[in-house]
Amino acid sequence: MSVAVSLENVSCVFKSAGREVRAVDNVSVDIQSGEFFTLLGPSGSGKTTCLRMIGGFTLPTSGYVRIHGHDVSLQAPYARPVNTVFQDYALFPHMTVLDNVAYGLMVKGMGTAQRQAKAQKLLELVQLPDVGARKPGQLSGGQRQRVALARALVNEPKVLLLDEPLGALDLKLREQMQTELKSLQRKLGITFIFVTHDQHEALSMSDRIGIFNQGKIEQIATPADLYARPKTRFVAEFVGTANVLYGSQAKALGYPGAVMVRPEMMALGTGSAGDKSIEGTVQEKQYFGSFWRLQVAVSDPALALTVDIAAASANLVPDVGQTAVVHWPAHAVHSIEDAAAA
Amino acid sequence: MPSSIHTPHSLLDRLSDLLYQRKGLMLAVLLTPPLLWFGVIYLGSLLSLLANSFFRLDDFTGQVVKELGFGNFITLFEPANVDVAVRSITMALAVTLAAAVLALPIAYYMARYARGPQKALLYVAVMLPLWSSYLVRLYAWKLLLAKEGAISWALQQVHMQWLLDALLATPWIGGNSLSFSPMGTFMVFLYMWLPFMILPIQAAMERIPGSFIEASADLGAAPGATFKHVVLPLAMPGIAAGSIFTFSLTLGDYIIPQVIGNSTMYIGQVVFKQQGVAGNLPFAAAFSLVPIIVIAVYLWLAKRKGAFDAI
Repeated sequence: MSVAVSLENVSCVFKSAGREVRAVDNVSVDIQSGEFFTLLGPSGSGKTTCLRMIGGFTLPTSGYVRIHGHDVSLQAPYARPVNTVFQDYALFPHMTVLDNVAYGLMVKGMGTAQRQAKAQKLLELVQLPDVGARKPGQLSGGQRQRVALARALVNEPKVLLLDEPLGALDLKLREQMQTELKSLQRKLGITFIFVTHDQHEALSMSDRIGIFNQGKIEQIATPADLYARPKTRFVAEFVGTANVLYGSQAKALGYPGAVMVRPEMMALGTGSAGDKSIEGTVQEKQYFGSFWRLQVAVSDPALALTVDIAAASANLVPDVGQTAVVHWPAHAVHSIEDAAAA
Repeated sequence: MPSSIHTPHSLLDRLSDLLYQRKGLMLAVLLTPPLLWFGVIYLGSLLSLLANSFFRLDDFTGQVVKELGFGNFITLFEPANVDVAVRSITMALAVTLAAAVLALPIAYYMARYARGPQKALLYVAVMLPLWSSYLVRLYAWKLLLAKEGAISWALQQVHMQWLLDALLATPWIGGNSLSFSPMGTFMVFLYMWLPFMILPIQAAMERIPGSFIEASADLGAAPGATFKHVVLPLAMPGIAAGSIFTFSLTLGDYIIPQVIGNSTMYIGQVVFKQQGVAGNLPFAAAFSLVPIIVIAVYLWLAKRKGAFDAI
């Protein structure tokens, strides 16, 4: 495997209202060729700026951006061998769908018949063979999304950048597009760099995920690793739901440092020997179809636990106000960097 | 029965309910005054102008004879009158083209890059000339363009007088000095109407999302290609709107060519002379239809060329 995109100590500093904002702060990452890599983080965490620096729309203040070994840090977008699917799709409203898809070929100087034939092939690839003559304004959101994808793929980029491309779609369509994007990526074998703030999307599609927080990458790992073994409290709480115990709470329960336990690893009752168990009062009870989520308030040490009880197994889920004993096994406990110490 | 269900109390309440329930009535209330103004005052006078153009002036009595005839339109095709029309249209086209070329980069910068106070400053800079009197600005230009004026003086200081002399020696556009040449007329027209070109183009460009320009660059288009294939077509409605202003304002103006330029006439001047000095209202009316027809043809051509496709 070779490295498709490498960021080396990349920073991007903006001047905003006289204040220096480090949108991206000394980020280094190697993205492998053929990988589905996701930049995940809350809004304003620097993930989109990072993608824009790979695309060339924003230039880094310092550091290097390399694409297949070539330094492109300060190159213009049109000189880079990457293409982008924009968040708002950015389809040109004055051109037909076919002309939109063929645009990349037209500016390269390819003849009309040839480029239209190729654009038509790409429309077929995204399962929209019949919309070529329409204007983008006549398409639905999901169709526009596919056209944007076809247009970005027409130049056969080695790396495709996707800036929250599914954000504007409704849930069902989004899930369908996730599956399609993933299978398209497998079929074409090109590198996808995907930006999202949706952790479910990131977990279900990616080979690896980089978690952004305040301009820095907190952790780069596979989805399973990220979920089971988050490095920091931020990662633990951003990816999935987590019960993070730190400081005096952790000490009171006999842990040397900060730890994290996922809600579904907790269960009702006292459990067996070696399990940690604690009593509290149910504060909230929510139904999620496949499971119940309880918020349990513990008074000594003072903490609030989130406990997920599989709906299938639970004939007796305590109601709000009732007492509940919660336990979890030792293997469910994962140490994280102490937030207080950091 | 809950007592909170709305029951109209005052007359005002009832009136507002009535207007809310009957949208047609509200539309009528809102639109009647402007439609009356537009329909009666504007279209009415335009129609009376059209009617007048078919009348004729009795040479002997100087009275308007209200008989329909095409005499005025036949007179329009006399060489002297055709000459005036061609000169005016050529000038209007040149002014429009130059204004578009000058306005595009300014409008692009205003829409894409200028932010906050800088943007406000640019707006003021573009509109400021419109705040002062047209005549004051016109006579200021007369001084600037005069033989001993500021422009001539500045060129002498940098030893470029030869350039001005060469331009003034050019047939058709030259003359004794800038202020007595068609070139001078052109410069002042351009200055006067430039804001009317910048503002609509700026408004059109404001509506082009930045992501369009990024997407074009992303797909491999160099800035020139992006301008040609994305920015220009999407700015076209603004250019068309601006060019209607510059074109018709130039065609209709009768003061600028009187103060700046040689003694050749433009449409506006002929209309002014005919109705004011000669009292030949019917012929003035016929001549003033020329710009209307020219602009109608111009819009039709623009539409056929697809200038309004991106609206």
